[in-house]
Amino acid sequence: MDSIAAVLAAPDLTSARMQMALSLGWHIVIACFGVGFPVLVLIAEWRAYRTGDATYDVLARRWAKALAVLFAVGAVSGTILSFELGILWPGLMGTYGEVIGLPFAIEGIAFFVEAIFLGIYLYGWDRLSRKAHLLSGIPIVLGGAASAWFVVTANAWMNQPRGFRLVGGKVVDPDPIAAMFNPATPVETTHMILAAYLVTGFGVASVYAWSWLHGRRDRYTRLGFIVSFTFAAVFAIPQVVVGDWAARFLAERQPVKLAAIEGLERTQRGAPLTVGGIVEIPKGLSLLAHHDPNAEVIGLDSVPEEDRPPVLPVRIAFQVMVAIGTGFVVLAIWYAVAWWRRRDLPRSRLFMLAALAAGPAAAVALEAGWIVTEVGRQPWIVYGVMRTSEAVTDAPHIRFGYYALIVVYTAMTAATVYVLRRLGRLPREADVDPAAPEPMEPA
Amino acid sequence: MSAADLVLVVMWVGLTAYALLGGADFGAGFWDLLAGGARRGEPQRTLIEHSIGPVWEANHVWLIFVLVTLWTGFPTAFAAIMSTLYIPLTLAALGVILRGSAFAFRKSVSTVALKRLFGATFATSSVLTPFFLGTVAGGVASGRVPPGNARGDVVTSWLNPTSVLGGVMAVGVCAYLAAVYLCGDARRDGDEPMADGFRRRAVASAVVVGSFAAGGVAVLHADAPELFDGLTGRALPLMLLSGLAGAASLALLVRRSYLVARVAAAVAVTAVIWGWGVAQYPYLLSPSLTVDAAAADPAALRPLLVTMGIAGVLVIPSLVLLFAMFQRGEGAHAATREDA
Repeated sequence: MDSIAAVLAAPDLTSARMQMALSLGWHIVIACFGVGFPVLVLIAEWRAYRTGDATYDVLARRWAKALAVLFAVGAVSGTILSFELGILWPGLMGTYGEVIGLPFAIEGIAFFVEAIFLGIYLYGWDRLSRKAHLLSGIPIVLGGAASAWFVVTANAWMNQPRGFRLVGGKVVDPDPIAAMFNPATPVETTHMILAAYLVTGFGVASVYAWSWLHGRRDRYTRLGFIVSFTFAAVFAIPQVVVGDWAARFLAERQPVKLAAIEGLERTQRGAPLTVGGIVEIPKGLSLLAHHDPNAEVIGLDSVPEEDRPPVLPVRIAFQVMVAIGTGFVVLAIWYAVAWWRRRDLPRSRLFMLAALAAGPAAAVALEAGWIVTEVGRQPWIVYGVMRTSEAVTDAPHIRFGYYALIVVYTAMTAATVYVLRRLGRLPREADVDPAAPEPMEPA
Repeated sequence: MSAADLVLVVMWVGLTAYALLGGADFGAGFWDLLAGGARRGEPQRTLIEHSIGPVWEANHVWLIFVLVTLWTGFPTAFAAIMSTLYIPLTLAALGVILRGSAFAFRKSVSTVALKRLFGATFATSSVLTPFFLGTVAGGVASGRVPPGNARGDVVTSWLNPTSVLGGVMAVGVCAYLAAVYLCGDARRDGDEPMADGFRRRAVASAVVVGSFAAGGVAVLHADAPELFDGLTGRALPLMLLSGLAGAASLALLVRRSYLVARVAAAVAVTAVIWGWGVAQYPYLLSPSLTVDAAAADPAALRPLLVTMGIAGVLVIPSLVLLFAMFQRGEGAHAATREDA
């Protein structure tokens, strides 16, 4: 019995990592809507303002209701993360808090602005003039993008730590600005913000693809689909370009992560690229990573075994992400061609089925990308400087916190899905006439 | 004043704002819990929903503000507090997530059963969250958090007389603030009977909190002598101010001067929070870690302070705009229709 108690009380890296993965993996999907959805709502409201088309007004109001729910859930699920940075990773925050605290502080300010104006926007719909209301949405969009940018710089820093010196294990000369503008910042922040827009756009378009496939061809469904799908499609191709930039960045700065992505055991020139785990393209990886077919690509054997990330999850996640991203490009081109030729949506049912799948697929790609970044950095929490095992809390029994989180997040997921589905089913007249009573079910 | 002291002051301002604004939102959940059955409690719950709906998310950000200031300005103290007190902090974090999402969900459902489920979740977590945050404050104030990675006792650091006092006081103060604020909100909506109801609740909670505070003196004397010495020594003027302001808020409530009563109540709570800070200074984690020793390098504190300055310019006017918009009477009914 003593030994069981001792095991339960021992520092527990696995539980800490699983808890962080659950809460971050959950938050990141919702947070994407917090960043992207305000843009969609504003586009719809702006169209209503410019054209006087009531359908756009209905869209904007309905989307705003869903945004209100997603924003609330995103705000609180993000707060848990700031608790967990200390609860689970005191070694990281105690040592490096002064180096990477700044972007979190600025992110907090951006989020402040976002939350304040969201209150004004959501509750001010019938109190402000139409123009003032439209303008009150702009700080939400800017605040969302800024908070995403700053918080991702902190993650970029974990991959490319800069802005400090270590003397006898202690941090000296912290330079938070240099830490924030580390080499990974441009590519990681761009990739993430585009991902947020893709997740939002395809996520919302999915809902209308569903309606379309179930026979609803009215103007509301059509415009809802066009606004959201176009928004996502615009970013699909740039995202692939940024993805290529990210891969080349890894080849140069974090070659072991790239080696894990490709399962490249040994360092070699003219390294081949394996697509989908089956097809091998000679010299493909060298070409992809360095834009030179004969370039040398660093393999896993460049570092001792204990410094290598787990290859399988990183590899699978990367291929899933790339496959989905490529699919998005195909979908975007299909859509653009149909629009260019006929000024209309593609007529094929297959297109709508693919659009329906694109929403969940975007979330999957997001999670996969996150796995590539986070698991690919292991065993380091701060690349090359601090191991994840050095950062974890020494507190006993933390697994029970993780179990509690599983229960709460399961309930939260169910409730969020239920509430969003219910908002989607409300009769639309409720949005047009503010005096219309809500349909009350009998008590 | 050193950069570290300045950061501490800014953090304490954030803590005060969270207590006065976020605390009142939790308190509103407390009254939501006690509002009675679905039919009888409906008018009160509607008022509560309209009062906190537009502002609770902004108010909540003060908590994030305090956390990021703590970990950027005093990273070792942050690591020590969060790791040793991880149990009440995990519970508080779960309370935060349940409170916020259940509140948003309740507005978006219409069946009584679901409104009840989300409402009960919102209200219960509104009571538990400040309780656990109060136990954390008690653990820190009574010197039970040593520096380092989870070096303190993970149980007795928050299950002790000072922490329990802190938890109960936090719940009581939240309820008191909310009741005082809601008096004015009810009057603004032209509902004097409702304002009277919250007035009775405000008076009752003021009396309860006041007696707990009085009894708490004995608890602190026995359990946290250093804090007791500080509160009755250097911080005594602030403690007296708190008592006076609390008494004044009672008198103002009796006279139905709700808006001035708000100010008095806020002063009473602010004086306690700053009294705690003054009593504990210069220790961040008494009895071993001083503010200076815990502080980050000045090279890290300066950009943080600049950020806080910019934040003040951006956030304070926006907050004023938000509050001004929703403290005006007109439009309250438009909001009713929109949410209905």
